[in-house]
Amino acid sequence: MKTVLKLFARARDLAGSPTLEIELPESATAADLRLVLGERVPSMQPILSSLLIAVGNDYAVPTTLVAGRTDLAVFPPVSGG
Amino acid sequence: MIQLTHLPIDFAALTESVRSTQAGAVVVFLGTVREMTQGRQTVALDYDAYPEMAEAKLKELEAEARAKWPVIEAGIVHRLGHLELGDVSVAVAVSCPHRHQAFDAGRFLIDRLKEVVPIWKKENWSDGSTEWVHPGS
Repeated sequence: MKTVLKLFARARDLAGSPTLEIELPESATAADLRLVLGERVPSMQPILSSLLIAVGNDYAVPTTLVAGRTDLAVFPPVSGG
Repeated sequence: MIQLTHLPIDFAALTESVRSTQAGAVVVFLGTVREMTQGRQTVALDYDAYPEMAEAKLKELEAEARAKWPVIEAGIVHRLGHLELGDVSVAVAVSCPHRHQAFDAGRFLIDRLKEVVPIWKKENWSDGSTEWVHPGS
């Protein structure tokens, strides 16, 4: 199924867009999302393993279900302060 | 008070907002734009955020601090957008009955903010290049 990811900081620059529509398999997890993202945006490969995935306002772990969610975001490690 | 803003942070007003007759201690932390980082010269920083999640995470951190220390009032304000050298990027103000509680709660808030709140800074170096700061990536 299709969903739209929000992207921030370097992930946004590498994708060239603040959002990215991707196709996720049924019952996709955050780990699956990472793989799909790497295939979709090959320039993200160097930072792929460090990218954080958020579902709503919470950080996902690799097993977190992301299929069917409309509130997914992907971004590199944070650096506020 | 939790706030993200593109305007200069009024840290005096933030400090005043956490003062209380129940508090014997008010601690304020200001993060400011530093010129030199490991020999490289910064001319400005640009901050970006995922605002909905950043505000939610800041509220969670305030709740965690309140669970750990007898916090009377707490305020966290983070600035976004283009900041020049010396500008205040973040202000954390905490009031507690005693100073060690206020110092510990304030340190917890700024340390955790830097770890979990989805805000990013981009360096504008003096050689004209720019670079997102992404620790460990």
